[in-house]
Amino acid sequence: MIGKKYEDILKAYPPRRENLVTAFQDIQEKDGYISENALESAAEYFGISKADAYSVVSFYAQFKFKKPGKHTIKVCKGTACHVRGSGSLLAALEERLGIKEGQTTPDGLVSLERVACLGACALAPAIVVDDKVHARITLAQLDKIVKGLQ
Amino acid sequence: MEILKSQRQTAQKVWDDFENPKKNLVLVGAATCGRAAGALEVIDEFKRELSAAGLGDVEVVETACIGLCYAEPLVEVRAAGVPPILYSNVHAKDVSKIVSEHIKSGKIVKEKAEAVMGDDDFDGIAAFKKHPMVALQKRVVLRNCGVINPSSFEHYLARGGYKGLERSFSMSPEEVIEEMKRSGLRGRGGAGFPTGVKWGFARASKADEKYIICNADEGDPGAFMDRSVLEGDPHSVIEGLMIAGYAIGAQHAYIYVRSEYPLAIERLKTAIRQAEEAGLLKKKLENGFGFEIRIKKGSGAFVCGEETSLMASIEGVRAMPRPKPPFPANSGLFKKPTNINNVETLAAVSSIMRDGADSYAALGSEKSRGTKTFSLAGKISRTGLIEVELGIKLGDIINKIGGGCPDGKKFKAVQTGGPSGGCLTEDHFGLPVDYENLAAVGSIIGSGGMVVMNEDSCMVEVAKYFVNFTENESCGKCVPCRMGTQHVHKILEKITSGEGEMEDIERLKKIAFTMKQSSLCGLGQTAPNPILTTLRYFENEYIAHIKDKKCPALACPKLVHFSVDAEKCTGCTMCERACPTGAITGGLKNPHSINSEKCISCGACFQTCRFGAIVRG
Repeated sequence: MIGKKYEDILKAYPPRRENLVTAFQDIQEKDGYISENALESAAEYFGISKADAYSVVSFYAQFKFKKPGKHTIKVCKGTACHVRGSGSLLAALEERLGIKEGQTTPDGLVSLERVACLGACALAPAIVVDDKVHARITLAQLDKIVKGLQ
Repeated sequence: MEILKSQRQTAQKVWDDFENPKKNLVLVGAATCGRAAGALEVIDEFKRELSAAGLGDVEVVETACIGLCYAEPLVEVRAAGVPPILYSNVHAKDVSKIVSEHIKSGKIVKEKAEAVMGDDDFDGIAAFKKHPMVALQKRVVLRNCGVINPSSFEHYLARGGYKGLERSFSMSPEEVIEEMKRSGLRGRGGAGFPTGVKWGFARASKADEKYIICNADEGDPGAFMDRSVLEGDPHSVIEGLMIAGYAIGAQHAYIYVRSEYPLAIERLKTAIRQAEEAGLLKKKLENGFGFEIRIKKGSGAFVCGEETSLMASIEGVRAMPRPKPPFPANSGLFKKPTNINNVETLAAVSSIMRDGADSYAALGSEKSRGTKTFSLAGKISRTGLIEVELGIKLGDIINKIGGGCPDGKKFKAVQTGGPSGGCLTEDHFGLPVDYENLAAVGSIIGSGGMVVMNEDSCMVEVAKYFVNFTENESCGKCVPCRMGTQHVHKILEKITSGEGEMEDIERLKKIAFTMKQSSLCGLGQTAPNPILTTLRYFENEYIAHIKDKKCPALACPKLVHFSVDAEKCTGCTMCERACPTGAITGGLKNPHSINSEKCISCGACFQTCRFGAIVRG
């Protein structure tokens, strides 16, 4: 059954295969992740099996299947960030937050991710907190940012 | 074109007002780099300060990337009495001085002035064209980036925009293709295939419908040329797409752009809407040419750089490559003839068609004509975006344009072409940078990323980084790539942990050979390149890891240990605060110590300590 919640998003697109990924992008933008219900709804709308829908959506790194935290910190794993020390930024975040990359703090406040190159290479190392890119991040600045998250 | 005639006149007026404003004007570079450095806060601060100073009529305009990313945020002030001045490293706290001195009193704030944005020096400040990062550049693709307001259709039009399309329409599609061949333009996405020849294949394919795709899925880590073009001059790509569509006979276009580039997507959407409103898209033009452009957002798959994967992704299935033939020119998107070009290629097309093939072909070297954009990043003083004639010496890019390595550190290598490319050394500084010469030494130009490494970078670790990347991004369809990347990664892990054996070097070479020969697509075929070039130029580093169990660059965590020299330690707690894992303890004014069990050897303390009290060995 198509969940009520997803009806409007899905109906913006004709139920053709080429719109599948775009519809999932819209769903994730709304929910922050792809829920079981979203997967079922989309599969039904596009007339494909749930397994087929999942096989497509799980192929792409962008899609998440768990509800993310209130805030998301993304550490860039691009080459320039790597040679300028993004590895120790990630280690610091894992230590401060007590979670590994790909996880969310138990209180649901912060999710930690590593992302493909953001293209802010000239100002490496870069991180993205919610939608804001922070450039030339030092450990001291990082601590300030983490403490500021509420 | 008739429909653009009156629009051009209006555009010229808008542009004249922008270039020689009657009122004062503030331009802030607000591409992704600028924004990351704080450009939006600077814009807000300007608006606040200006209105507080009773100068509410001074306009603050967002431009894009002029390429001097290391000096962001960049602000240009056009005020009466003095030539336009480019200020660098402008932060919110600097704004009030610029407003009160420059804008109010026509007095330049010298300590922040980077260049004069005119032809001549002024008051001891050098003209922009003499700037060390700019002097050797030749801007064709980047002609408008950072110069125009990217959200202004009029600006693009006034700077000769859509004249390439008009000139194309005065020729037959076959003549346009010939012109492209004559220009010598080669695909700037990485493969370097002649653009005109590619168009010829798609033209020759007979079908009722054809597609053209702009590949804006700039996946190479360390590369941001395409992002800058899309953010700074989106219409140049749209014009290029239309010319390509006319040449091959396509009616539909897709721009496949990474979702990691939200600003580029926003600027593209605006530009497409403007082109539609101007009557260029979605309806038949005077010559019967009808064209539509759609944006497709990528979802994070590096393999989409490969054309058959990219098309699979648009069709809504897993983005896996397929064997060729059939080539996209015969059977591509939705099984229709399809042509794929990259962002930079298309931006060059609009310029070539406007100015003619000859002026473009006069640039560059014998077999690599024209210009190429590069992004400079890593351990280099002047990071940013540049465009140079092909054939420029590598050393000129690194030292003259980029200013060499900062902090007095020694240059070690530059990685060109991302994970598909290789590293080059100081021995290659005399090498002309073009397709042939880079291939001859085992690397590629690729899409144009250049990441510089200094003496602190371990080349075995760098090779491991790239292989880890390609392992994660391998789609898993063919065995050589899927298993090959896993195995070479394991071997490199072993070597960087000090557990390698000399036979591992032969194993690496053997697997690399198999991957190159038998992988299905470019991802797997080129994935071993970082290993092969580091082995070629830095084999001694591999041997040091294997035989001496040492990392010469002191970068591999498992082979380097940190401790505190209690005599030098002043107990300032800087290292304690810098340590990401809480391995350092001591407290104020007490000598610190490092708990080796908690230490991950990241080197943060070493970089932070101002007293040389952290011992690395």
